[in-house]
Amino acid sequence: MRQAFINTLMELAEEDDSIYLLTGDAGFTILERFRDRFPGRYYNVGIAEAAMIGLAAGLAMSGKTVFVYSIVPFVTMRCFEQVRVDLCYQKLPVKLVGVGQGVTYGTAGATHHAIEDIAVMRALPNMTVICPGGPIETKKAVAASLDLTGPCYIRLGKSGEPTVHKSEDISFAIGRGIRVREGVGVALVATSNMVPTAVAAADLLEKEGWKPEVISMHTVKPIDRELLAATAGRCPLIATLEEHNLIGGLGSAVAEVILADDLHARLITFGIPDQYAPVAGSQEYLRDLFGLLPEQVAEVIRDKLKEKIVSGKP
Amino acid sequence: MNTAEISREIRQRLVRMHQTGSHFGSAMSIVDILTVLYFRVMNIASPDDPGRDRFILSKGHATSAWYTTLARKGFVDEKVLDTYLKDGGQLYGHPVRGGVPGVEASTGSLGHGINIASGIALAGKNDGRDYRVYVLMGDGEIQEGSVWEGAILAARLKLDNLVAIVDANNLQGFDRVEKIQPIRTFRKKWEAFEWGAREVDGHDHDQLERALREAPFVPGAPSVVIARTTKCKGVKEMEDCFESHYLSVPKDKVECYCRELEEEQ
Ligand SMILES: [Mg+2]
Repeated sequence: MRQAFINTLMELAEEDDSIYLLTGDAGFTILERFRDRFPGRYYNVGIAEAAMIGLAAGLAMSGKTVFVYSIVPFVTMRCFEQVRVDLCYQKLPVKLVGVGQGVTYGTAGATHHAIEDIAVMRALPNMTVICPGGPIETKKAVAASLDLTGPCYIRLGKSGEPTVHKSEDISFAIGRGIRVREGVGVALVATSNMVPTAVAAADLLEKEGWKPEVISMHTVKPIDRELLAATAGRCPLIATLEEHNLIGGLGSAVAEVILADDLHARLITFGIPDQYAPVAGSQEYLRDLFGLLPEQVAEVIRDKLKEKIVSGKP
Repeated sequence: MNTAEISREIRQRLVRMHQTGSHFGSAMSIVDILTVLYFRVMNIASPDDPGRDRFILSKGHATSAWYTTLARKGFVDEKVLDTYLKDGGQLYGHPVRGGVPGVEASTGSLGHGINIASGIALAGKNDGRDYRVYVLMGDGEIQEGSVWEGAILAARLKLDNLVAIVDANNLQGFDRVEKIQPIRTFRKKWEAFEWGAREVDGHDHDQLERALREAPFVPGAPSVVIARTTKCKGVKEMEDCFESHYLSVPKDKVECYCRELEEEQ
């Protein structure tokens, strides 16, 4: 996803000389090409995130299109108040790009995990929160972000994420979820790099005769209420999947829509249960610990489907 | 231009405005700095001219002085000043970008202005524009870590079109500044961060003008003017009192303070 980001940004920057890239001293093996190609529009601001956001604001006020890159906690939470005042309050179209969504940097420990970022970014007025579900969505999201008039946060993983789309020819719009697979009875609504997990869990359920729908909810704010309403019509059970605290992220956003729009659906939320990783572990290990592997997800959904309140068999 | 007259008018206006709300003393402290900037130094024919010099009030709580200066400059209708802190209006107690012509940035949370100013200064340099960017901070404000992140950054970017001014009145919200980060250490600190620094009497218009015009003090470096000021300058019984950060002007004192300002000439 990092490569998809930088490749897209390189292409856009060739066409648009207002594009600037700031980094908080992160980006080894990723940002060098941009630095070398556009030296006057690239700044390693240093390990100084508060200053970096303020600098981005000033550049944006002067007509620049600024992307700010760092590891998620440092580009969202370390400088939260600068993001709030300089970018959101002033409604400036700066793009925050965070790498290492969820527990991508597993063994690094919770300082480098991103499990509260969606919640805090979502709470900011004027902020758009985009969590692409793989490299193709990343590419589309970065390009689409140029049209936003306010700030956005683009939450990326690292590298090697699979894509669930067969080609780049997908219809992508910020604020519009993508129906990856049509189904009935149950819908798996996933964000960020839990989208491939949703597809894998759906595959397992299909083998047993269920017909799950899968949605990539790449924009968590503003969330696609229409898509959720249409989905709830066919799927009385909705499961959300995210590598994020169960408090405040995608699951919460979907729950808000179900309640506010009076959708007739039951909700199961898969995520991280309000705790920091209690042990060192790889992303895979921690997903297992938190019940986020496809088999674990499929098992919980299967049990729910078998309960008589929800009849999901086609 | 007789800027003493302008400063006096602005102070008298502030006395009337501050019958509600706080930060009367903070506003009175910076009146001379704003007057010299807007009426002697800055190149600003209109608030939206792309080539204009920029000013950012990082100590946003003193915004009544900024509103009043912008009105005296003709960018804001005088009548709008009557809506200061009024329900439904745009004259918030801290400035909001877009709310009032000439207000460049939304501030109020301290330690933000310097970095926004650096971004504008950097864009100006990269675009070959010759405008300058002025940012005014409080002496308590520069306890914020983001100010020193910004000090490193602006020096490294060689922003010689950036001028910071510190309103050094030796008072902050709940204490003397000298008990927390003494003003006598300011100059050395900024110089250690590779800024050019000057200290002036922040109520002496000629000294202020000279320093602001002579910047950059060090070629290729950003500049800081440490302006020694008196909180609530112009109203003797409230001068140098930290209470003037919070208290409004009592109704029965308005005429008395205005007269005092008149006679000071
Ligand atoms: Mg002070």
